[in-house]
Amino acid sequence: MESSAPDAAAIRGEIEALKVKKKEIDARIAALEAQLAPGQVCRNAGNGPVSDKNAAVSGTEHDLTPDMIYRYSRQLLLPSFGVKGQSRLLKSSVLVVGAGGLGSPALLYLAACGVGQVGIVDNDVVELNNMHRQVIHTEAYIGRSKVESAAAACRAINSSLEVIEHREALRTSNALEILSKYDIVVDATDNAPSRYMINDCCVVLGKPLVSGAALGLEGQLTVYNYNGGPCYRCLFPTPPPTTACQRCADSGVLGVVPGVIGCLQALEGIKIASSVGEPLSGRMLLFDSLSARIRIVKIRGRCLQCEVCGENSSFSRQNFKDFDYEKFTQSPMSTSAPVKLNLLGKDSRITTKHYSEIVRNGEAHILVDVRPEHHYKIVSLPNSINIPLSTLDKRVSEISSALEQERNQKADFEGERPNLYVICRRGNDSQRAVHYLQNTGFTSAKDIIGGIESWAQDVDPQFPTY
Amino acid sequence: MHLTLEFGGGLELLCDAVKIHDVHVEPPVGSEKMTMRDLLLWVQKNLIKERPEMFIKGDTVRPGVLVLVNDCDWELSGQLDTTLEEKDVVVFISTLHGG
Repeated sequence: MESSAPDAAAIRGEIEALKVKKKEIDARIAALEAQLAPGQVCRNAGNGPVSDKNAAVSGTEHDLTPDMIYRYSRQLLLPSFGVKGQSRLLKSSVLVVGAGGLGSPALLYLAACGVGQVGIVDNDVVELNNMHRQVIHTEAYIGRSKVESAAAACRAINSSLEVIEHREALRTSNALEILSKYDIVVDATDNAPSRYMINDCCVVLGKPLVSGAALGLEGQLTVYNYNGGPCYRCLFPTPPPTTACQRCADSGVLGVVPGVIGCLQALEGIKIASSVGEPLSGRMLLFDSLSARIRIVKIRGRCLQCEVCGENSSFSRQNFKDFDYEKFTQSPMSTSAPVKLNLLGKDSRITTKHYSEIVRNGEAHILVDVRPEHHYKIVSLPNSINIPLSTLDKRVSEISSALEQERNQKADFEGERPNLYVICRRGNDSQRAVHYLQNTGFTSAKDIIGGIESWAQDVDPQFPTY
Repeated sequence: MHLTLEFGGGLELLCDAVKIHDVHVEPPVGSEKMTMRDLLLWVQKNLIKERPEMFIKGDTVRPGVLVLVNDCDWELSGQLDTTLEEKDVVVFISTLHGG
């Protein structure tokens, strides 16, 4: 480990230096190419001599360069797509909001297929627990901006692509300006307020919106605000309760599921940009990966009473800027910082450090872990009892008997009641559990602040987190 | 009347994690036809095992739930007044936000 550290630094240094050189060379190539008349730019070396066919390009009605013809030849060979579709695609611009599980494959295909400009908005950094589904990122980018990572991957696939990096969170304050620069918007975000915000911004600006979502083992896809079709609000005028808005970080997601939906988002974007085929407007695709079923259903058309896109709607740019989407949906736009509850008084809570001392001193106590069983199976603290919060009311007797057993076993502490501590993943459910237990007679129940995430952070750095 | 009911997008968790239910439902006493309004009451009573507020709000489904009758948004067939027929397939799906 010790000896490899300076090597890594040297390699990184060299990479940076080479990147600077590469930029200079690219700029020089671009300048030289510009001096040549269109149609005369040579293909990369290694592809043989420039043929007459290439020279004839300047005489055609399209403005594809020989490079483009060769690169996109398999798409040009499609009679229904052809030169016309490709030319339109090359003139189009697509914004992908979110470089995560949906955005990764969407961006890879949009970059590869020959969209003129691709924009990427995201404010997150790449993390190890993203890698299983956010396939555009590589381990080398862990800890760095997702936009930077995704843009580098797009450029690596297609150096002729213009990639625009927006390393910021999309907000009402910047959304109009950013979205207005693109023809098509791909919603690859992971939360309800962002979805309403992006929809409303697309309606105000008149942009088609390719909307995908995935969670667990299911995915959904549709196109909003396209050619007189419905918008997100026509379907969902009232936001769902926050308890119905599950996050991948809590409920889990099989990596390939957003992968499938993200690919389909790229496909819908390509269809709209090239005016080929029938975009999925007024219809919704429902993907159930476990039963291997895809169902395409007919959804309602534009709602005349829609508050944003309806006949009498006066929803303006200013209305959009002033709208509080987090308040509207009662949930935060950034999912990286989960809400921290504060349900209990100070004397009903202890820190993980304090708890580690209790364990070290051998104090009589029992530890109840209220996470769901499949969480508990991933990792748990020694000697804890798993009673998921959802089953707590039916299993309080198990806590009583565990306390009784602990009292009998630890003779040293006879006469002293063993303490009852409750833990969960982050310290919210444990508070709910303690609140419930205190009301049912376990008055000394205490919550361990911050749950096993705090334990890993403050007590045992080797303890696995998820 | 035989109906196939499907729950998705997490709603299946409210009915013992079972997605597809082949059920036999009769119209309410004194009525000849079965509407979606009747079916919602039946589902609430017979299939929803926990957190009913995640399925129903007032007399209809909660915001964020799409209802499809034979692969068609129930908004197009009359919502609660949609009349059901033998062997209809009714899908209840919660909209997803993850990515």
